Amino acid sequence: MKISLTVNGKQYAHEVEPRMSLTHYLREVLNLTGTHIGCDTSSCGACTVLLDGVAVKSCTILAVQADGCEVTTIEGLAQGSDLHPIQEAFREHHGLQCGFCTPGMVMTAVDILQNNPNPSEEEIRHGLEGNFCRCTGYHNIVKSIQHAAEKINA
Amino acid sequence: MIPAKFDYVRAGSVSEAIALLDKYGDEAKLLSGGHSLIPAMKLRLNRPAVLIDIGHLSELKSITEEGDEVVVGANCTHKQIATSELIASQASVLAEAARTIGDVQVRNRGTIGGSLAHADPAADYPAALLAAEAQIEVEGKNGRRKIPAADFFQGMYTTALADDEVVVAVRLPKGSQGTYEKFFQPASRFAIVGVAVVKRNGGVQVGITGASDTPYRATAVEQAYAEKGVDAAELAAEGVDMMEDHFADAAYRAHLAKVLTRKALA
Amino acid sequence: MGNFIGKSVKRKEDVRFLTGKGRYTDDIKLPGMTHAAFVRSPYAHAKILNIDTSAALRAEGVVAIFTGSDECGNYGVPCGWQVNFKNGETMREPQQPLLAKGKVRYVGEAVAIVIAETLEQARDAAELVEVDYEELPAVTNPKEAMQDGAPLVHDQWPDNRAFDWCIGNDRAEVEKALASAHHVTELEYVNQRLAPNAIEPRSYIADYNVAEDKWTLYTSTQNPHLIRLLLCAFALGIPEHKVRVVSYDVGGGFGSKIFHYTQEALLTWVTKQIGRPVKWTADRSEAFLTDAHGRDHVVKAKMGFDKEGKIVALLADEYCAMGAYLSTFAPAIPTYLHGTLFQGLYTTPLIHLDVTAPFTHTVPVDAYRGAGRPEATYLLERLIETGAKEMGMDPADIRFKNFIPAFDGVNQPGYQTQVALQYDSGNYAPVLKRALEMVDYENFRKEQAEARKQGKLLGIGISTYIEACGIAPSAVVGALGARAGLYEVGEVRVQPTGKVSIYTGSHAHGQGHETTFAQIVADKLGISIEDVEIIHGDSEQSAFGMGTYGSRSLAVGGSAIVKSIEKVLEKGAKIAAHKLEAAVEDLEYADGKWTVKGTDKSISFGDVALTAYVPHDYPEGVEPGLDFSSFYDPVNFTYPFGAHIAVVEVCPDTGKVTLKRFVTCDDVGNVINPMIVDGQVHGGVVQGIGQALLEGVVYDENGQMVSGSYMDYAMPRADDVPMIETDRTVTPCPHNPLGVKGAGEAGTIGATPAVVNAVVDALWHLGVRDIAMPLTPARVWAAMQGKS
Repeated sequence: MKISLTVNGKQYAHEVEPRMSLTHYLREVLNLTGTHIGCDTSSCGACTVLLDGVAVKSCTILAVQADGCEVTTIEGLAQGSDLHPIQEAFREHHGLQCGFCTPGMVMTAVDILQNNPNPSEEEIRHGLEGNFCRCTGYHNIVKSIQHAAEKINA
Repeated sequence: MIPAKFDYVRAGSVSEAIALLDKYGDEAKLLSGGHSLIPAMKLRLNRPAVLIDIGHLSELKSITEEGDEVVVGANCTHKQIATSELIASQASVLAEAARTIGDVQVRNRGTIGGSLAHADPAADYPAALLAAEAQIEVEGKNGRRKIPAADFFQGMYTTALADDEVVVAVRLPKGSQGTYEKFFQPASRFAIVGVAVVKRNGGVQVGITGASDTPYRATAVEQAYAEKGVDAAELAAEGVDMMEDHFADAAYRAHLAKVLTRKALA
Repeated sequence: MGNFIGKSVKRKEDVRFLTGKGRYTDDIKLPGMTHAAFVRSPYAHAKILNIDTSAALRAEGVVAIFTGSDECGNYGVPCGWQVNFKNGETMREPQQPLLAKGKVRYVGEAVAIVIAETLEQARDAAELVEVDYEELPAVTNPKEAMQDGAPLVHDQWPDNRAFDWCIGNDRAEVEKALASAHHVTELEYVNQRLAPNAIEPRSYIADYNVAEDKWTLYTSTQNPHLIRLLLCAFALGIPEHKVRVVSYDVGGGFGSKIFHYTQEALLTWVTKQIGRPVKWTADRSEAFLTDAHGRDHVVKAKMGFDKEGKIVALLADEYCAMGAYLSTFAPAIPTYLHGTLFQGLYTTPLIHLDVTAPFTHTVPVDAYRGAGRPEATYLLERLIETGAKEMGMDPADIRFKNFIPAFDGVNQPGYQTQVALQYDSGNYAPVLKRALEMVDYENFRKEQAEARKQGKLLGIGISTYIEACGIAPSAVVGALGARAGLYEVGEVRVQPTGKVSIYTGSHAHGQGHETTFAQIVADKLGISIEDVEIIHGDSEQSAFGMGTYGSRSLAVGGSAIVKSIEKVLEKGAKIAAHKLEAAVEDLEYADGKWTVKGTDKSISFGDVALTAYVPHDYPEGVEPGLDFSSFYDPVNFTYPFGAHIAVVEVCPDTGKVTLKRFVTCDDVGNVINPMIVDGQVHGGVVQGIGQALLEGVVYDENGQMVSGSYMDYAMPRADDVPMIETDRTVTPCPHNPLGVKGAGEAGTIGATPAVVNAVVDALWHLGVRDIAMPLTPARVWAAMQGKS
């Protein structure tokens, strides 16, 4: 089936099997391998991207469902060599270790801050309930998002 | 994880979706947000030959008032429901349930129609809909009908929905203000037990999910409430077979039903 | 020196991860690459009667299908650690076949591999493989596996026993001391089975190049060279110099990616058969079924005290599951990495541990973050805490009473334990003191009493720990049964322009070596950190390596690099002396240059490097070039230690535990990058909390895993835990050049008993003495009703 969509500002059109997930489409067809797969049950959040501006789990969306949509992945967040403030904050506050959950965490953080520019620690933790990190204990991820919020609001 | 092969059709309207359902029979499944169906398909527990996508149908996406009712379109996402002002003011019990579903990403994408049709016994909405005495509006080739929530949920993953029918909306009586108390299963974030209470005309209406293989109205609690007040919560598991799993045995589920009911009644 | 060491330098690796440019194995695509899917056993124990691949072979896109009847069925992956029975006999070592042959022994064991053009086609075809099984009874619990009449995992061994083992003092002597002790505390519990759950599932690509007769294996491993060795020398018998093993970015390991898995060897075999690259990446469901699990000890333990609360003896009997086959390090975990830690921080004079390690109808059990040491710490810290409470003593006081006095390992000798190890250096009281201060222990007790009056259940739990890290001296581990040396390799290649490439045999999968190692090199050479690049994860780049586990990278791998830097500086000094027309003895090296003492005559590191590669004006007898490789074999383990304290609130209505605070004071020796060390502690603590409160692999009576997905296996999420409050003391390691001890596992080791102790503390007045992990609300509530 033919789909066309915008990913990170670029227009794409491809023939895909209906059963192809949006994650597979991004990774296998567009070679955007920053979006990861960590589970089978929409639980881990490693595959999080923005679909028409909101965070979704791309492993649970068929590429055909995204036909006509706008997708932003981790690769589309930085402006050239300038990291997005959330990316910058993760770097500054050691919000990542192995890096595998990181793209999903960052994309989810974008959604959290879009909806709530000044979240409390509790609100950030609640906002991350759909993302597993096995390395950081979340401590520095939460701190990174707090600092990103400050920076964005400054 | 990759689903078995299927064909995909986008329906241009509800009536087209019904015609397609009629054509493909039980080979077909409707797709809205896909957050119940796609995981099951990836595990190949569910393998429809055809997916009929209704997710983009804007006619199912609105939240409106009709007379004494709040009408929530089947394609409304959990997020939309959790943040709707109309629902907050007229059917808050539904918003309370919606905001506990899954996580940010799941709420952005999952829909009420999909969740109801899937009928997971630990889903959150059923408790709220039972407590609100909501009706589920469905449309099939023989037209539309409204099914009371109490009749809609028939068992684990089983509803009153006929093969050719589409959930189009949920209708809640205005004034379905209430609370939803949920004890999370820590892995799935579904409810080990979830209790919704709507107080109306001096009485209470109590819906309970997660505890049993079918969500239920805690009628014993409701009947005893006038006399016993919050102590009526002790009857929350009365006459109901509790589910068991490695997170909670039957005794604990029954206990939670009472504790959460008490909290919701307070 | 000191521009970088000890500073929280931001990580060099972060930008690629933050912009989606990491290179994980599944991100790699090779031309002509095929995809593999497995047909897996749905039974825990069954005879394979027949495998029919005919329909699958006809399916679209199928390239090949192999089963245990093919040549690959003759190969198996080896175990890397030999433990002998108490009577001296060698442990029983079944071959772990690449594909099951004749029988399957756990749910998820692979019976066939299907190779197809696309992943979708491979999955579809795998469904068409028909396997006839005759189901047999199964046993998954290690204690039950040892009972008479238990179903046998391997028919040739009629008691399921892989080995038995003991350590410590004479058992009779320990029993005698217990019999005459003032008080004996006894606990029986299960240290439950855990699924490691690195968020990146295991992934492999094997690629055979027929023209060169060479293989490349891309693998998500923690130790590429070790995999190459095991793969070539043991699993397949192929020449090591013809195999390149590459492990670029790895999305977490926690031990589970140490082991040589059957799939690595099988794919390496398959690629040559089909003449094309082949990839397999685990689904999470497959990860649950096939990644080696951790823990799974059934324990009975006693601790005896005198009337002052001094420990007089410790005795434990444990059944420790091995699973159906012996995974790479499996036998070492409940033995040499476990029993050897029974001294803890205490002066216990008599210790004895008896271990029985049975086969079970489950996936193998092996190292998982902490590996044997969390189990030892849990045992000690639950016993001492319970003992204190039973005797009406303060749990903090009793620990102070039992601590081994301070020793620095330089002026005072190391501490010889009753269980083989000699601790390097330690000063234990200050970590507990500091942690108590941080948590405001005395005030907390008042707060707790006050809260109790209002029906609130607050609890505080302490755990101290010691671990043996940096494994370890090769001769020692060799004597203990390791079938490999455990040194590390560090190579420094100085480029003609003075830029420095470091090749390490350590492997980073989250630990930040690219930064920490660069800090060391930049400091030692007095150059910019930007001028240092750390290269790891490729067997054809680094000379050799033993990889990363056991918190060993900095202590062993870092020390190897230091050794090479010293050699670079030594040779550099000769070149500098020649250029400066001075004697080597008259030079000093600082800030990136050699200076003739007392003069302003100097030459920079970069100029010396250039001279080394353009040796026109050059000292006689010195070879051109400036690169050195070193093997560092430590003289001892390192012994980090610390104290962790958890504060919890238990909901009186539901039994749900809320973690209010978690406080740590760790001593990991010298610290190179505090930010990274803190991060290791945070993550480790939360994994330890996970074991205490949430995680556990559950099998039903048929050996089916009922916790095989994230819908059924609970792990800590952001809203399950608080901020982790950390502090440190510093007791340098006396025997490595950096004075470092290792920080990777500390958090996990200390956290679990602290949390359980806290919950029991909250409920002690209700008569609760112990609760089985994980402390689910249901279990806590049942305990509160007196039903535990």
